[in-house]
Formats: sequence, structure tokens, C-alpha cells
Amino acid sequence: MGGKLVRHHLFWPLCVLGALLLFNLLYSPDFFSLVLRDGNLYGSLIDILNFGAPLILVSIGMTLVIATGGIDLSVGSIVAISGAIACLSISKGTDQSSIMLVLTAVGASVLLSLVLGLWNGALVTVTRIQPIIATLILMVAGRGIAQLITSGQIITVSNPNYEYIGAGSLAALPFSIFIVAGMLVLASLLTRRTALGLFIESVGSNANASRLAGLRSRTVILAVYVFCGLCAGIAGLILSANVSSADGNNAGLWYELDAILAVVIGGTSLNGGRFYLIGTVVGALIIQTLTTTIYMIGVPPEITLVVKAFVVLAVCLIQSEAFRKTLKLRWKKRHYPAEQEVTRHA
Amino acid sequence: MKEHAPILQMTGITKRFPGVKALSNVDFRLFPGEVHALMGENGAGKSTLIKVLTGVYSIDEGSVLMEGKAVSISGPLAAQKAGISTVYQEVNLCPNLTVAENIYIGREPRKFGRIQWKKMNQDAERLLKERLNLTIDVAVPLQTYSVAIQQLIAIARALSISAKVLILDEPTSSLDQTEVQQLFRIMRKLKSEGLAILFVTHFLDQVYEMSDRLTVLRGGELEGEYMAAELPRFELVLKMIGKDLKLLEELPKLSAETQNSAGQTMLTASSLGRKGAIKPFDLTIRKGEVVGLAGLLGSGRTEIARLLFGVDRSDEGKLAVAGGGGVKSPRGAIDQGIAFCSENRKTEGIIDDLTVRENIILAFQATRGWFRPLPRKKQDEIAEKYIRMLNINPPNPEHLIKNLSGGNQQKVLLARWLLTEPDLLILDEPTRGIDIGAKAEIQKLVLSLANQGMSVLFISSELEEVIRVSDRVAVLRDRAIVREISGEQINQQQIMQAMAGG
Amino acid sequence: MLNRKYVPILVTFGLLAVMFAAGSFRYTGFFSAQVLFNLLIDNAFLIITAVGMTFVIVAGGIDLSVGSVIALTTMVSASLVEQHGWSPAVVIPLVLVMGATFGTIMGAIIHYFKIQPFIVTLAGMFLARGLCYIISIDTITITNGFFTKVAQTKIALPGDSFISINVVIALAVVAGAIYLAHYTRFGRNAYAIGGSEQSALLMGLPVARTKILIYAFSGFCSALAGVVFTFYMLSGYGLHAMGLELDTIAAVVIGGTLLTGGVGYVAGTFIGVLIQGVIQTIISFEGTLSSWWTKIVIGLLLFVFILFQRLLSERRVSLKT
Repeated sequence: MGGKLVRHHLFWPLCVLGALLLFNLLYSPDFFSLVLRDGNLYGSLIDILNFGAPLILVSIGMTLVIATGGIDLSVGSIVAISGAIACLSISKGTDQSSIMLVLTAVGASVLLSLVLGLWNGALVTVTRIQPIIATLILMVAGRGIAQLITSGQIITVSNPNYEYIGAGSLAALPFSIFIVAGMLVLASLLTRRTALGLFIESVGSNANASRLAGLRSRTVILAVYVFCGLCAGIAGLILSANVSSADGNNAGLWYELDAILAVVIGGTSLNGGRFYLIGTVVGALIIQTLTTTIYMIGVPPEITLVVKAFVVLAVCLIQSEAFRKTLKLRWKKRHYPAEQEVTRHA
Repeated sequence: MKEHAPILQMTGITKRFPGVKALSNVDFRLFPGEVHALMGENGAGKSTLIKVLTGVYSIDEGSVLMEGKAVSISGPLAAQKAGISTVYQEVNLCPNLTVAENIYIGREPRKFGRIQWKKMNQDAERLLKERLNLTIDVAVPLQTYSVAIQQLIAIARALSISAKVLILDEPTSSLDQTEVQQLFRIMRKLKSEGLAILFVTHFLDQVYEMSDRLTVLRGGELEGEYMAAELPRFELVLKMIGKDLKLLEELPKLSAETQNSAGQTMLTASSLGRKGAIKPFDLTIRKGEVVGLAGLLGSGRTEIARLLFGVDRSDEGKLAVAGGGGVKSPRGAIDQGIAFCSENRKTEGIIDDLTVRENIILAFQATRGWFRPLPRKKQDEIAEKYIRMLNINPPNPEHLIKNLSGGNQQKVLLARWLLTEPDLLILDEPTRGIDIGAKAEIQKLVLSLANQGMSVLFISSELEEVIRVSDRVAVLRDRAIVREISGEQINQQQIMQAMAGG
Repeated sequence: MLNRKYVPILVTFGLLAVMFAAGSFRYTGFFSAQVLFNLLIDNAFLIITAVGMTFVIVAGGIDLSVGSVIALTTMVSASLVEQHGWSPAVVIPLVLVMGATFGTIMGAIIHYFKIQPFIVTLAGMFLARGLCYIISIDTITITNGFFTKVAQTKIALPGDSFISINVVIALAVVAGAIYLAHYTRFGRNAYAIGGSEQSALLMGLPVARTKILIYAFSGFCSALAGVVFTFYMLSGYGLHAMGLELDTIAAVVIGGTLLTGGVGYVAGTFIGVLIQGVIQTIISFEGTLSSWWTKIVIGLLLFVFILFQRLLSERRVSLKT
């Protein structure tokens, strides 16, 4: 029974998250305390959820893409574009109190992110360019597009309706948490209540066999890139609404890397196949908690990068079959190095 | 005549893999100036033996002597040094490098560490001209040339490393007739110059055209070494599939009681063919009929199945299915009521990461689309039903399929296709690696399916099995259907004679 | 007949010529030797990085750590020279060895543990950036005499134009790399691995050694680019060369190197960097266009070139069958 628990995909991520939280608790005993002020809850835990919301969203989209054996490097750029277009539409609006204005702005950026996702998906499926390269194009150009939209400035808006998306609260909790929860539920429903999840895992695990089983893998792959674009777009809205401004240059910077990290920590393999949405959420929370922790103990926040580097490496080494094999078969490798190498390549 | 000392002598070679003995106590010898064919069916140990010779696998027991001296072949480089070179069907050269580089890479002529391109190109030109009678531009990338030329360049590389033993691993599989003859001319020339050539091919005609000597392996053991001129084709086939003429008494034929040959036509292929895979063939399959495909490994059995299921596109002829419409993709074939259980379980069958249940429902779910998922309860029922029906072990639908034994994986795949209730079920080696009991189960299942009106195309290396279940048998040789046998005519003698030909 | 393998590089060169001609035609003062030399002066570090990256991509890999290694090099140099008073004669060789070691370790992990190069170098990227901040969060300005002297030295050329020492270093690296790629076994083995790693292995080539050396070389080039960048900026800063890995990859691809490996030219990469430079120059001459157009145009070029590569390789496949 204990073995089963340890082998559960959430065991290690949750352990790490638990350890991080415990460390915080020991370091500052009021870490877990929640204060109700003006009908809103405040506290470090709420902050982690609130600030982590965009990352969680992006990671959810990324999970599905990685599950098909792909990758999306352009999410950071889409985050920036989406925030930029929304803020631009609002700043151009005449009637700032109109709810329609915000809805139009949100609609425009959601639509644009769907189109950008479709672009990525089309490059991968139609022209069959490797995902990492196909999405690199939008990663490079997307930053430029975001800056083009904002004319290289930081667009600041003061629209309470828009602000609500990223900074408002509902039932004493930040509204962004509800958006994330909503998207998580949507992703779960889409993948587990329809056959999409089965198809994604099948294509990611063995694309060739999936084709022979009659799957239309192109449609599946196209769908996940579109969904990933949508997630990044909404994350962009939350991020820009939270600070009431859009910064084409820095919004969503490093998001693609953090999202990939969250997915990998959550137990989804970069080679595709089985995916774990909840694992990804825990992974994203670990990254956010780590950042918060490092802020709190007063170390320069950029040091997080060093920690992340070792986490990436550790997780990948554990996932690497070669690494595990080398541990076991060191002696054999010494005697017949070619046997392992050639069979592994074959 | 021949020198009496073999250049290569392998004695008592044994190679074990976890759970299997791929080679057990195999002897093999090769003389200079001969073409020696290595023959055997699936699992005979041919490719293991070659991998031992090329240094890809280590051996557990036995010895390898080159020119009487013991050698240890611990890697591709060691094999090269020992004088053993291999040319594969999938040319193992670098397509992006020039012809000359491919011949000399790793051994480029240098002056003060600088590669002498001019000298290298001249050397390559001279080598190709003198040894292979080939005059081509050696300064362009290898990929500019056809596979046939690429193979010759691979041979040139082997020769320039001063190979004494040349292994040609299915070199002719993707060549056309003139290219094959060009290769054979060169092989004869090299043979006359004293090179020892180990020739692996599935084409019986080519074996008899080229080889002086044959070694037959079966089930990882040495069946025997023969002079090609002294071993009739028919006997070679017997030895490869492990039959003795005396033991060829008739087995009880299961399908005799069913009279299905008069049903309506399910599928008609007319002059259907694909260059390099299968010569144009005619094949009709009727409703409720079991058609067997018999032939040696590489004779074109699987290629037929792939054409019928739309995995590969045909480049001539027509395929008509009862439902109307053609077959352009596996999905299209499934929509036409065709199912195909591939022989390559690992790469074309199972989805590693998924459970038994998910693997079973996959194809059926694919036909239903995204938005009509099978309810979980229904999935469980289906999984339970097939686990019981096919005796899948362990009987746990939530087990990951990659942890099942090969035979059980096969049953899961069978379940996947049965669930789609096809009109035509194509089974490619459905019983390979399955224990005897399960084999009989599957054979019975095929017959009962046929009785219920399903057509089955049954491909197997085991003749007994083909005979037991088939109403009609199409026999293949060298990538073509050479004969169709039906009814009372179906027996091992008839089939094997057609398989051997000549 | 024109050799097909030179098509991509000729397209690239044609593009550069057309862009430079268009710029000269449109803007007064554009057509001058100094504008051309400024391209080299401003992009010397990018040229060096891209040369290292060319080898990695030719061998079928990718190196995302280059920008961070540059930043780390500027940081270590600045810190040791300014804060600890070390001599540049010690510091510069030291950082070069550091860069090469960094690459070696990444290469070894990629090869022996069969982890995708993308993810290993991503970790390297995080690590190098993070190490910068461990040294210091702020900019460290360099006032050391040697560094300022090198930075200010102008090598006069005929026609009132000049180049910097950085340009000389960059051109030397390009020349050395062309030799390395085409006239040494190491270079040819890199191409062989990119063409087919399994074939290279079966042909008995030293695959492990070559692959690891390639990443070591890329790390070395990044460190050298970092030294050049230090001369150029006269400071060490953790935010230096942000996103440079993308510019580098773009330059390599625009230069005609196939991202799938096996085909590529150092000279093409050189031109690829210059094309990026010309785009920037045109945009700055235009005045009304803003700098972000650079990114959009580069993205567009990347798209066109990748599509072009794809079509070429598809034609090659159809020719074969």
C-alpha cells in the first residue's frame, strides 16, 4: 500500500510543495495566517494562488501540447500580445464605464490568441515543422508584435471593470483563482469527458500506431495548440489586468520555460503520452511558492533561476531511461559500449 | 578451386537476451571467394548473428576466428579493424556528405591535420572505377544518388577499409531488376577477386542465382550448411520452416465444414501493386471467407495487407470494397469496415502508455469521434468481456499494456479490432509468440467469426495454421502472388512447392 | 550546373545584397564603408556566438544557454577585474576555459543520458543567468586600463573608416571556424552526426567525443563572445544579452543551416548575422519605424526560411523515391 502511494504521480510533487510550505512556516510562523479585511482574504497563501494564476493557466495549455509530444515556445509572446491588445482596445474606448468595452477588449484578445494558437498548430500539422522550431517563429516575432501594439510604451488603463479580471475578488477570494479553476475544469472536461484526452495520450505515446488505429492525429494536435493559445491569452489578460497595464517587452517573459518546468515537475514526460493536469497545477504552485519563498528570505529573486536549473536537470535525469540504465549497467557499458548505443538508436 | 581454410570461423556462438536464447551453439564459416547465403525465417537468429559479427552485440559463449586468429568484436570499429564490413538495406551512410567523404570519413587523407579534399576525391574516383566500374561525380552529396548507387558506395567504403568479409544485409529489397543485376555483376567481380561475401536476402531466386553455399538457421539454432547446387529449393524451404517430408501428413482441416466460398464479394484487388513492395496482384475476398496468405518472410505478405488497409498507397491497379469507395488511409479503411492487426506489435500496435482497457476501445472510439465518448461503465464492460473471451492475463483492464507479455498484447490488439465489428479482418501473424493453447483459441475464434459472416485475411508463417483456417490460400514468392489454392488442394506439399517455385 | 547544396546560402547572400542595395538607394549616407563596418562592430559578439551555434545545429542539436553564458562571462570578468583586482591576462583565459567547461558538461549530459539538448541547455541557461546574480544584482562598470584601451582602439582603414579589435577577433573566429568545419576531421564528423547519428556510429566515428566537443566549442564561443561583449559594453551585468539565443538561432537559420542538422555553413551564418544587422540599420535610418519591427521582420524571415528548408527537403525525399 505504501509503495502504491509513493508511486502515485502526485506523491513527489506534493512532497516538494509540502516541504516548501513547511520551510516557510518555520521561517515565518504567520505564513499560513489568513486575514479577512474589507470582505477579502489576505495572506501569503492567497498571494501564491493569485500571482501563480497566469502561470498555472499557461501550464495547463502546455501540458496538453507536451502530451502530444510537442512543445509551445510561443506562450510568453502570446501572453504579451493578448494583454497588449486588450489594453489598447480599452484605452481607445470612449465610454470607460461601459461593460461592453471590456467585453469587446476581452473578446478581441481571446480571438487573437485562438488565431495565434491555430497558426502554431497549422505549422506543426500542415507543414510538419518540428514543434520546437515552428513555435520559435512566433516566440521571436510575437514579442515584436506585442511591442508594435503598445508602440513600445507601457499602456496604462484605469478601468475598474477590466481591473476586476486580475485584481478583483469574488467570495473573499481573488477573481483570477476562479478563472483558473474554470479553465482547469474546462480542460478536464474536454479531455476526460470527451475522448480527446485518450486521443492526445495515444498520439503522444505512439503516433504511428494511433494512425493505424484510425485516429485523425492532425485534428487532435491542432486542437491542443489552439487550446494552449487560448490559455496563454487568458493568462495575458489576468496578468495585464492585475497591474492595469500592458508591457509588450516584459509581460510573460520566461513563461514558456516556467510552464515547461511546471509540466515536467507535474509528472508529464517531455516525450509525450500520459498527462497530469493536477500534477501540472502542483508544479506551477511549486514554482510560484519557490519564488515567494526566495523573496521572503531576502535573497535576490533572480537566484530562483539557479534552483530551477537544478530542478529541471534532476527531473529530467530521473525521467531519462539512459540515466537509470547507466546506474545499473555501468560495468556492461564499459565492456560493450556499442551494444547499448546502437540498440538505443535503433 | 577453393582454399580450404575458412577466412571466418564462428564456433559455438550463444547469445542470450532476457528470457530468450537468440542464438544457441551456432557454428558458421565463410570461405574466401564465395557468396554464402544466410537463410532463416523470423526468429531464426539471422539478424542476431549479423549483429554479433558487426560488433553490435556481445556473445555469451563461443569463439570468432578471422584467418585462424581469435578476434573480439566489441564494436563497429573493432569489426572494421578485423576486416568485416556490412552494407545494410537502409544504407548506413550520411546522406548529407559527399560520396568521397562517405567512403573515407574517419580516414581522410590529411597533411598537417588538413583534409586533402583533392586527393580524397581522386582516390574515391579511382576506387569506384577500378573496383566497381562506376564513374560518378564524387563531390556531390550522397543523397543525389539512387539507393542502388548508395549501396555501391557503401560497398566501396567497405573495400577501401580493406574488408576481407563483406556482409550484404538484404541489399536488393528496394532495387529494381536492372539495379539488382548491376549489383550482382559487382558481387561476382569481387568474389573472383577473393572476397568472402555473406549474403542475406528473402528472394529465393537471388539466393540460387548468386550463392555457392547456404547456412540455414532456425529458432536460434543451426539447421545445417549446404552447397547451393546440392540443395533443391523445395528442401531449402522445408529446412527453413522446419518440416520433414515424412511428417507432412494431413492435419485435420477445421475450415472444411464451412462452405463460405460462394458468398458475395467483399473486396476485390485488381492488378494492385506498389513499386519496390509488391508486384501487381489480383485478389478477391468474399463474405465469410478466410483467405490465407502463405509465403516466406519478406515475400510480400505484409505489403499486401498494408495496401489493403491504406497504410501504404498503391501506385497501380484498383481496389474495390463492397461498401463502395476506395481506401486512401487507415481511417478510410476502417470506415469501409476493414481492420488490420499488424505484425509489428510494438511500433504499429500497442500504445505503450495506455491501459489494456484504453487500448481495446481506441479504434472503436476513433470511429465514434471526440464527442461521443464511450461511458466509462460501458468501457469496463467491453474490457471485461474481451479479457474473458480472449483469456487476457493478467485479467486487469487497468494494467498498462506495456507490462503485458507479447501474446497478451496481441490478444488486446485483436480485441481492439473485434470491437469495431469489421467486415474484413486482416490478421498479420496473429499467433506469433503466443503459447499453443492460445494459438488454438485464436484459430477457433477466426473460424467462428467467419461463420458469423466476417471475412478474414489470415497471414502466418506457420503453414499448419494457414491450412487449418483457410478456405483459400494465396501463395507468395519474391514479392508476387504466384498461386491460389482452394478447397481440397490446400495442403503443405502444394503450398510449399509454390513457395519454393523453380 | 549550379550545385544544389549552395542554393540556401546563395539566397541568403542575395538577400543581404538586395537589402543593402535598397538601403543605399533609399537613404543618403547608407552606402558607405563605415555603415558596413559598423554592422561588424555592433554584431561582433553575435557573429562569434552564432559560429559556435552553427556547429551545434549542424550536428543536430541546439544550445539555448549562449546568451546566459555571455552574461556570466561579462559578470565574472567584471567582478574579478574590478572587485578583486585580478589581471585581465589571467581573467580572460579563465573565463574562456569556464565557458568551454560549461559546454562540455552540458554535452556530456546530452550524450550520455540521452536527454534532449533543448532541455539540458535550458537548464544551463537558467544556471548561468542565476550565477550572474549570485555575483551581483547590479551592473559592474569596468574601468580597467586594458579593457578600456581595447574598447577604444580603432583600427583605421582606407576611406576614413575604421573597425574595432572585436571585429578582428570575430573575423578570425569565422575564418578559423570555416577551416575547422571543412578541413578537419572534427568538423566533418559534426556534419556526419547531423546527417545520421546512427550511421556515424556504425561507421566507427567518435560520436561521443565529437558531440561533447561541439557543445564545448559552443560554450567556448559564447565565452569569447562574452569577452568581446565586455570590451563593447565595458560592464558586467546579469541582464546582458537577454534573448540572444533567439537572435543567434535566427542568424544561423537565415544563414542557410538546416535546423534538422547535417547541412550548414559558417560563412552563411556570418551573412545571417549581417542581415539582422542591416535590418536594424535600415530601421534606424528610417526613423519612423520602431525597433520592434526588427523582431517582426526576423520572425518573418525565420518563417520564410524554415518553410523554404522544408520544401527543399521534401523535394529531396520525392526525388529519391
